Formats: sequence, structure tokens, C-alpha cells
Amino acid sequence: MKLKTTLLATGATMVAAAAFAQDNMADSMTVVSWGGAYQNSQVKAYIEPYVANNPGLNVITDESSAEAVTKLRAMSEAGNITWDLVDVTAADGLRLCDEGLAMEINPDEMLAAAPDGTPASEDFGDTLIGDCFIPQIVFSTTFGYRTDLVSEAPTSVCDVFDTEKFPGKRSLEKRPIGNMEWALICDGVAIEDVYDTLETPEGVAQALAKLETIKDDTIWWSAGAETPQLLADGEVVMGSTYNGRLFSAIVEQDQPIGMLWDWQMFDLDGWIIPAGLPEDRLARVMDFVEFATDTQRLADQAAYISYGPARASSAPLVGQHAELGVDMKPHMPTDPANSVNTFVFNFEWWASYRDDLDAQFQAWLLQ
Amino acid sequence: MSDASLDAPVLSADGKPLKQSLNQALRKQKIRALILIAPLLVFVMVSFVAPIGSMLMRSVQNTAGVDYIPDLMPNVVASIKDWDPRSGETPPEEVYRGMAIDLAAAFENRSHTQLGRRFNYESPGFSSLFRSAGRPVSRWDLENDGPFKEKFLDLNDDWGNIEYWASIKANSGYYTTSYFLAAFDAERTSEGIRFKDPDQRIYQKLMLRTLGLSLLITFCTLALGYPVAWLLADLPVRTSNLLLILVLLPFWTSLLVRTSAWKILLQDQGVINNFWVWLGFAERLPLINNQTGVIIAMTHILLPFMILPLYSVMKTIPPSYLRAAKSLGASNWTAFWRVYFPQTTAGIGAGALLVFILAVGYFITPELVGGADGTFISNRIYFQFAVSGNWGLAAALGTLMLVVILVLYYIYDKLVGVDNVKLG
Amino acid sequence: MASRLPIYATTGQRIWFYTFRLICGLVFFYLIFPILIIIPLSFNAENFFTFTPEMLRLDPEGYSLKHYRDFMGANGDYSWIQALTNSLIIAPLATLLAVTLGTLAAIGLTQPHVPFRKQITALLISPMIVPLIITSAGMFFFYSRPFGFSDLGLQGTYAGVVLAHAALGIPFVIITVTATLSSFDNSLTRAAANMGANPVTTFFRVQMPLILPGVISGGLFAFITSFDEVVVVLLVGSAGQKTLPWQMFIGLREQISPTILAVATILVVISIALLTTVELLRRRSERMRGMTPG
Repeated sequence: MKLKTTLLATGATMVAAAAFAQDNMADSMTVVSWGGAYQNSQVKAYIEPYVANNPGLNVITDESSAEAVTKLRAMSEAGNITWDLVDVTAADGLRLCDEGLAMEINPDEMLAAAPDGTPASEDFGDTLIGDCFIPQIVFSTTFGYRTDLVSEAPTSVCDVFDTEKFPGKRSLEKRPIGNMEWALICDGVAIEDVYDTLETPEGVAQALAKLETIKDDTIWWSAGAETPQLLADGEVVMGSTYNGRLFSAIVEQDQPIGMLWDWQMFDLDGWIIPAGLPEDRLARVMDFVEFATDTQRLADQAAYISYGPARASSAPLVGQHAELGVDMKPHMPTDPANSVNTFVFNFEWWASYRDDLDAQFQAWLLQ
Repeated sequence: MSDASLDAPVLSADGKPLKQSLNQALRKQKIRALILIAPLLVFVMVSFVAPIGSMLMRSVQNTAGVDYIPDLMPNVVASIKDWDPRSGETPPEEVYRGMAIDLAAAFENRSHTQLGRRFNYESPGFSSLFRSAGRPVSRWDLENDGPFKEKFLDLNDDWGNIEYWASIKANSGYYTTSYFLAAFDAERTSEGIRFKDPDQRIYQKLMLRTLGLSLLITFCTLALGYPVAWLLADLPVRTSNLLLILVLLPFWTSLLVRTSAWKILLQDQGVINNFWVWLGFAERLPLINNQTGVIIAMTHILLPFMILPLYSVMKTIPPSYLRAAKSLGASNWTAFWRVYFPQTTAGIGAGALLVFILAVGYFITPELVGGADGTFISNRIYFQFAVSGNWGLAAALGTLMLVVILVLYYIYDKLVGVDNVKLG
Repeated sequence: MASRLPIYATTGQRIWFYTFRLICGLVFFYLIFPILIIIPLSFNAENFFTFTPEMLRLDPEGYSLKHYRDFMGANGDYSWIQALTNSLIIAPLATLLAVTLGTLAAIGLTQPHVPFRKQITALLISPMIVPLIITSAGMFFFYSRPFGFSDLGLQGTYAGVVLAHAALGIPFVIITVTATLSSFDNSLTRAAANMGANPVTTFFRVQMPLILPGVISGGLFAFITSFDEVVVVLLVGSAGQKTLPWQMFIGLREQISPTILAVATILVVISIALLTTVELLRRRSERMRGMTPG
């Protein structure tokens, strides 16, 4: 409640602007994201304060981000875009932009400048990828393990592939992204050669062969909330997911889960606006995006989940968890203690090769 | 009475021949019946039959996005006709030139990626090939920059891959059989059509698994349902009506509720495993995310569909038959096997077919409790449809499944009659 | 098998008699246990899916209405209530459509002379037999661009979901109403016509009251079909039409929040109410037709 009132105060000027523009804006908006703890953080940090400023607005949430690319393709083919704003990873943002399914943006016109006047394009800096992607957070895909179900704490990502030392089920993403890189790293491929190797059929076969060694011990997840649930239920001893999901299981739900940060997969996540929205819906979503990506809002989100804000100006504002008062910094993927071995996920590469590898990975899963 | 001669037609009250009048009345009745049925028939045609028809079409239409391949690549399609993949040589310059023109045009409206995806279904690799070629090709001067073969090969060596070009040639018409080939785990190579390597035949495996598990589940429902139906038919009406509620309640309860109940019960740390450990066993049973879970949950969900038809048949068998057999000296077993059981085969047939038909199409339960090796063909159709976006393959798999279901439905109709289906 | 053990039964017969009853008892337990077990679990004070020691000791501390409050939006998350609202918009409309068209057609089908009766019946019942995944995939393609016109697009609209659910509910209406009509005495309509009633009056004053129980049963089946349906709504609907089963499906696939148990319990109670209604209607209709309640 206290947070809400401070937000109301800081957003006072925006209320005036919104009231002025209200007439030509749609009174309903569909926001698509990844569900679970992450979507909650967006609801708390962006949507609730925005709705407080815009009474009468109906925000519909959808949890389909994992299938966003396919669904947007289908919607565009059907000529009926029902989504207004979609949360996607950088690689999916690039793909959608290439295919003309995402709207091109002009950061300095659409996005708020930093409080000190730094234009958005500079404040976001390198996180502005392609022509359509509106960055939100820096996150990583990494592993969590059940502290009470392993004999000793795993220290290397390759422990995931070691079923003798760490018996029990593990959970991995039901998509090739991340898994292929880890498999090659643990099969002795040098970090800098990973993507060059994956470009060849032999490299793909090598990665799949490495994954084959743990295939029978793996539960495959398709939603980010699954691994924390599987860990909490004791269905798996270790599993990959987005670091913020593990944070909420460990800190908010007090589960006996430990973090394995070794070779965490660094990635970006942000919004795209589907191309071809009608004017009133576009006006509404532009208004929302400007609000939801300003310096304060991005920092607010980091008070609910441990993802780093994509704006340089938000970083100093990151403090404590909004409800628990826990210091957020040591839980961030960028914290020096966590980022000893960091793998930078190559979204440009994946934007090109995702469809190819998806087909092969899915066929392999069924074999 | 008229005094007309005997061979004159009998006339009705209004003076028309009776036969004609009766025919007219019959026609009127028929028309009235059809008028009553017509609105629903039209509704079902539009809301149900037409959608299924459009799905059948999808399985053979050769499209990328909403457009057909020959409309998107007119120049390639026209020039590749004369090229023979078996010659062992890459297509002539004419084809590469066509590709440059078509790709540049496709890039204009961003459909080059759709083309890449379409051919990626044939062999993985096309998607990145087309995606990366789009921008550079759009910068070429299509009049003067030839020859284009070298330029393409400079972009990527795969533009010289004969198998890739063979794939494009084979799928250059308005209609394609490639989705059905894929659904049968077959592929078209430059040497002709052949099955994939045995370890890559995933759809055959899934089809067999779906049929096998459905059969097993049907058998389980029969084994559990037969004694219960017998008991219900045998008890006094008042008692059996009470017990029937125990069968009807699951029947009326939401499928998702029953599936979630099983998901919670079967977990490693769930109620059943906790009870098991409390009994003194050390190992927890792997009951979920495998075939065991699917069999347990689906047998439970489909059991009422077996019990109800069995019960309605058994109710009509007079108990005196069994007593007569026994009093004539038959043992308990002989009396059952030779006298009672043969009279229940109609109920077994009806129940088993119904359960089998329903089981083959199951999606929700295998999705939620099946894990990797407990999924059915429906789950794969959903995946191809909603996650991977390969609608042609989803439609081809759906068509195959529909054929199986319709054959079973036809048998069911012959055996039981669709107008004899009873609910509760 | 005999419903009662005769006084002269041998030991073997006795053993068999009790074994048989035990087997049947276990099957009944298997049928009903998973449904009943979720009811106490839904009052769990903790976020667990198994009985806590407090619950087993019947300690009131171990029980709470927490999950029901979450369902009502006590945690600030109104998505369950929103989903319930959508279900309550879609299901009655689909039911109305299915019952109106279905009852007319059932009356037509039970006329003495109907050309292609068997084929038409088979077609009208087929939505119950065709796997939902096939139906919904077809509907997705077709409703997006009906007859090639994307302007008529129904995909992602309430109308689309209502039409789809009505189609799924129709077989149930046809089955229950034709069953009632098959024992309907047609001389009653002729008598009414003889006395000068026009067909519309005859229908509403004579036929309708007699077949009403069948119509209501069919309607309840159609209602529960729509109210429980998830596959079609996932593909034909969009987030705006998110129904209760959709919300449950997401919850089950991603994060099994115990709120699902509360929802499940509410749905079980609704099922019991509907089952009772249908049972009473069936008996009433049999009584009205002069049969003894079976």
C-alpha cells in the first residue's frame, strides 16, 4: 500500500497526461508474459500502479510467452492480433522483428529519459537489440539443487551430467536453448568455440549425445515455474530455470534449495509490441510501455524478483525486497560472487538457428 | 361411397386418389422432419464439419503463411522443372537467378523467413539459410550482378547442397504429400521415397504407443468394471441405485479435477507414496511422469464408460438363467462362462469400443501426468500445432487419427447403434 | 452370483461371495477416493499437497480456508474470479444454443419418416467421438478465416468459443431428448391437433411439458461440457476468454498452487448438485410416463 502511494505521488504528472490522452486509448489491454513469480513481479511493479493511475482499464494477462513466436505467427496469419504487449527473450524479439511480426520502435521517442535527462537510447545502451525489442531485465538461466537431497553441494554445471555422484532426477528445459551449450561445455568444447561447433551437424550430434547420457534421468519443463515446483516437491534433485524463480523459491518460500551459478546463461528479456495494432490499442500500449520502462519502474521490479534492470540509471535504485526487506544485490546474476563463470547467451546466433535446432532437438526427445 | 368401378383408384375425402394423397402426406411429414432438423444440421456443418474439413485440407496444402509456394517463388518453380536431382549436379544458373529474384521479393514483405520455415520442415537447416540470405540478396542488383550461383555459394556452402534443391523441387506445387510422408516417418530423397532410420521413426512409435496403451487401459477398465457392473445388476434396485451414484459421480466430475487429483496423489511426495513409506517400504514408487501414471489415471477416468453399458446389458439378463444352469449340474465357473458371460458380450463390445475410442484421443491426462514416455499422439499434434507451429504436419497426423476413430465409430454404429448411446 | 448368501451355501461359496464383494468394494474405493481426498486437502493451512501432521492429528490449526480466500482474490490476484466469470458467460450461452437447436432436431429425428435418419444421427453425435484435439485444431484454422474471409474471424472471441462449445454439447442434447421422445405417445399431439390446437400451441402446451425433463438433462450435460472444456478454449479462445478450466490447466502445468484444490472442491460440489438434479429429473420423467422409477 505504501509503495502504491509513493508511486501515485511520483506518477502525478503522468496521471495528468493520461487523463488528457484517455479518450483515444483502448480500455482493455492484453499483456503476455511468463507466468509465476516473474509475471507477479510485473503485475506488482508495473500493472497495479498503472491501473491505479488509469481507473477503468481492464488488464488481461496471458502466460504464453514460451510459445509467443508461434502464437504471434498464427495470429498474424489469421489477421486477428489479440495481444497488445508481449514479454519475450532477446532471441525471440529478434526473430519476431525479422519476420515483421513485431513493431519497430524509436527508443528516444517512445521511452522515458532517465531522471537526469540521459536519453533512453543511451540509458539502455547495449541492451537495445534489433529494431523492435524494448529491454526490461538482465537474467540468467541457471541451476538450483535440493540441499537436503545431495550428499555434497554441486559446484560445477557438469555435475548435472554426473548421475553417479548426484543420483536422482534433474529437470531441463524442453527446448535446445542453454542445454546444447552446457552439454558441449561439459563435453570439453572450449567456451569460445561453442557456437561454431553447434553450427555443424557433428556439433549438434555431439551435444545431443552428451544429453543422451542423462536423458532417462531428466524431466523436461516448458514453463519457468516448473523447476521450482519440482524441487519443492522433491521430484528432482537439481534443475535449470531462470534465476529469479529460484530466488522466490529460496527466499520467499523458504525451500531447502541452493543456487549453482556455474556457467549461468546470461540473457536479456523485454517487451515487443505486435505489428499492426489498431490505433486505440496502440495508443494505450505505448502509454503503458513508457510508464513501465522508466527508471523507477524497472528498479521497482527488482524489489520483487532478482533480475537486473536493463537501464543503467535503475541500477543504483535497486535495494531491498519490497515485502521481506532482504538485500537484493547478492541474489542478482551480476553479483561478483555469482558471476565467476558466466556464459553470454548468443541470442543473435539463436535467432538464426532456433528453428533448425528445435526440429532436431524435438525429434531427439522422442527417440 | 362412390359407385365407381372396382379398378378405379380409391379416393380420399378431397377427391384425390388415396395413394397419391398418402404419398403427399408422407412427403409433407418428411419435409416437416427435415425442416426441424435443418437448423442444427446447418449449425453442425458450419461450426464442426467445415472446421474439420479445413484441417484435412491443411495436410496437403503447400503454403508458407497464407500464400502457396508457387505464388511466393514463381521464378524458382518455373526454372527448377527442367533440373534433375539425379544428375548429381547443382541446378543451373537460371534457378539461382530465380531464387535471387524471389528471395528479394519475399524479403520486401518479410516472408523469406516463412519460406525458410516451410522448407525447414523438410530438412532442418533451411530456416537459417533463408533467414541469413534475405538481407544480402535484397541488396543485389538483379539485372547486372550475375551469375548468382557463385554469389549464393559465397553466402553459404549449403546453397550448393543438392538435397536441399531436391527438396525445393519436390515441394514446388500447390499441393504436397510431404506432411503425410512425415507423419508416416518417411522422407523423400533424391533417390525417391524411403522410411527414415528405425531410431528416427517417432510417429510410428507414438501411434503404436497410443494404440497399445489405449488397449491396455480398455482391458483394465473391463477387468475392474465387469465385477462391479455384475454386482450392480444383481443387487436389489434400491441398493444398486445408491451404489450407482459412486459410478456416476466420477462421470460427472470435471476431467481436470480428476486429473489434478491423480497428479497430487501420485507424486513422489504425495499421499500414496507417503502411505507406502509409512507402511515401512524404503523406496518411493515412481508413479507419475511415466506410463504407470497415465494407466492409473485414465483407467479411473474411463471406468464409468465401461460400467454403464455393461450394467444396462446385465440388468436385462434374468437371474433365473444362472440358477437353471446350476440346478442342471453346471459348476459355478461353467454356469458363468457358458451361460452368463455370452449374454454380456454385447455390453463388453459397447463398453470396450467406447473406452478405446475415447482413450485414443486423450490429451489432457497424458499431458499432465505422462512425462516424456507417457504421451499420446494427441500431445504431439498439440505440440506441432501450438508450440512448433508446423500446422501441415499437425493436420496430417490429425487426419490419420481421425481415420482410425471414424473406422472405430463405424464399427460401434454397426454393433451398438449410435442411437442407442445412453448417458447415466 | 447372488445378491444374498443362501443359508445352505458351502464354505467355498462363502469365500467366493465375500471375495467378490471385497473386489467390488476396492473398485468403488478406487472410483471415489481420488475425488473425495481433495476435499480435506483443500482445507490445508499450508501450501502442501499432502496431509500435514497437524491435519492427521485433527488439530484445527492444520486446517484453514486460506485457499478459498485466494480463490476469491484475497491475495490481490483476481484471475480465478475473472476465469469463473468467463465460464459463467460462455457455458449458459453455449447451452442455450445447443438446447434450442438440439431439441428441435431431436423432435425432427423422432418423426415416423425421416430420410437418412441413421446418417444424420451419426453426424450429429460425432462431436462427442472425434478427439478434441482434432476438433479444436480444425476450429482454429476455420474460425480464423471462415470460408477464407479473415473479416469474419471468430478466433479469440466469445462468439467463437460459444459456437465451438455449443457444437460439443449438441450430442448430449440429442441423446437425452430423443431418449425421452422415443417413449412419447404421438397420439397426444394428434389429439391436440384434433381439438384445434395449432402446431405451435401443441408443442408448447402438450409436447414440451412431457419432454422437459429430457431437455433439462441434456442442457445440464451441455452446460457441464462447456464448463469443463479446456482443449478447445485453449486454441479457439484468447486470454480474454480465459475460463476456469484454462486457469486450472495453466496452474497444473506450471505451478500447482493449492488454490486448485479449492477450485476442484467447488467443482465437485457443483457436479454433485447437477448429478442429483439429473437423477431426480430422470425419475420424474419415468413417473410421468407411467413407469416405475428404475
